[in-house]
Amino acid sequence: MDSRTTEKLAFGFLRACIWIVVAFVAILILYIVIQGYSIMSWEFLTEMPTNRMTEGGIYPALMGTAYLVGISMAVAIPLGVLSAIYLNEYAKESRSTWIIEMAINNLAGTPSVVFGLFGLALFVKYLAFNPSIISASLTLSLLILPVVIRTSKEALITVPQAHREASLALGVTKWKTISSIVLPEALPGIVTGIILSIGRVAGETAPIMFTGAAFFLPRLPDSVFSQFMALPYHLFIMATSGLNPMETRPIQYGTALVLLILVLLINSIAIVIRKHYRKKLHR
Amino acid sequence: MFHRRLKEKGIEISLFLAAATTVVVLLFICIFLFRDGYLLFETSSFTGFITGSSWYTASTPPRFGILPLLFGSFLVTAGAIAIAVPLGVAAAIYISELASPKIADLLKPFIEILAGIPSVVYGFFGLVVLVPLVKDIFNIPTGQTALTGSIMLAMMALPTIISISEDSINAVPQALKEGSLALGSTQWQTIYKVTLPAALSGISAAVILGVGRAIGETMTVLMVTGNMAIIPGFPEGFLDPVRTMTATIALEMGEVPKGSPHFHALFAVGSVLFITTFIINMVADKIKRKYKLKEGL
Repeated sequence: MDSRTTEKLAFGFLRACIWIVVAFVAILILYIVIQGYSIMSWEFLTEMPTNRMTEGGIYPALMGTAYLVGISMAVAIPLGVLSAIYLNEYAKESRSTWIIEMAINNLAGTPSVVFGLFGLALFVKYLAFNPSIISASLTLSLLILPVVIRTSKEALITVPQAHREASLALGVTKWKTISSIVLPEALPGIVTGIILSIGRVAGETAPIMFTGAAFFLPRLPDSVFSQFMALPYHLFIMATSGLNPMETRPIQYGTALVLLILVLLINSIAIVIRKHYRKKLHR
Repeated sequence: MFHRRLKEKGIEISLFLAAATTVVVLLFICIFLFRDGYLLFETSSFTGFITGSSWYTASTPPRFGILPLLFGSFLVTAGAIAIAVPLGVAAAIYISELASPKIADLLKPFIEILAGIPSVVYGFFGLVVLVPLVKDIFNIPTGQTALTGSIMLAMMALPTIISISEDSINAVPQALKEGSLALGSTQWQTIYKVTLPAALSGISAAVILGVGRAIGETMTVLMVTGNMAIIPGFPEGFLDPVRTMTATIALEMGEVPKGSPHFHALFAVGSVLFITTFIINMVADKIKRKYKLKEGL
């Protein structure tokens, strides 16, 4: 075979591979949209599940996920952004910096179900928070912490060194330079990272399974120490347990669609912010 | 002046403490996981756990042998990597070497969506679409097989593999490629004989991280692999149900009484899983550090 034919074949293979990936994404999304579309209604989003979860809406699961996102991000954002500031602005090449970075990389690669076990052992059992919103949220905040740190750090790196030096040369203190020059410049990047983290937290199932997610709870939680329903866990339970999972398929498709829309919406917001910001930078 | 310096120092120390929480969390994970896992060995033997070939939690005495789960995890992961690596590396080559910037910009959101879809949605899609498909194609009693899990995990590992491979391909010096083209090689010969070998170490980091991603994935395998705790055959085991370490923890933790041997056995499985991913992360980290690659999706 001459080299031109080989090239044609090889490029054909590469093209086929990328099309498989794109087609998979498209089919997955289209399938869930088509199947879930018919049950979608205002009532589905705002009503309690009824008749042993075979009818009704997903309101408590939607709200449960909102609580989880709110509390876990309230913990992870300050901790993550401050850590990133330390690593990018203060840390020198030293043993302690290496250990911190190694810990971040390892946390990022630790399976979510291991975080679930850890949350069960530490928050539910040891600190006696019991299965509750607070146990699950804290578990999720630890899971998402390395992501927040990494994305914030990447945003901080893009701020030109000259801007810091100009401010320092004027006699401004280091912290004042960071808080009024570096952080505002890095903000869009940090926000993008945070938004992506929200999408991740909203979709996680394994870490909340043993730390507070309830099978069926047709009311809103009274406090952070109550159990709760959450969208991803609701989808899992409906699809795999119960007497007849086939019977509740429409609700499952609906829940999957809501979850998918939520995550896609969050991701697109992040992408739009990043694009807008990049354009501004290049002007 | 003195006051100002004190304040600056105070801020630096507070920031350091914030960053140090990650180390504390990692240490705490080790302590809590290993402590509850270790308590299993008060009632069962360590060798029985590590070399035991049966996981019967309901028998008397219960048998907690990790081998079926370990091999289950390995089989599903190996299948996933066998699918995801060629697909992912090819996609990365296409995006960085062949596609026009406009096409590449169109393709990247797809990869990002792939990374953003929650694992439970993958699991659900696998359950309602892929499971019946596998059952019909291979004409087997159930479509919940290791292969089904491998295919879904491959899709989920793709964003990691594509983004890091792409980064390492981009890191290959332009002059190297131009030198090859100037000698009269075709574009494909250049990619195959120059660019890919030069990017290989970065791609290997991508593969290792993909393994870590696949071995730790829980919800998807739980929903599509059938969860039978038997040591799978190779390669025919791909068409049988298997049970992974992650799925076992997720499946059984909800039902066990806290503090029972079964409870501790699940923590012991979790410890093995944690140690496995820890080693994988350290190796990938080393490679990435050496070749200065970014973190990936």
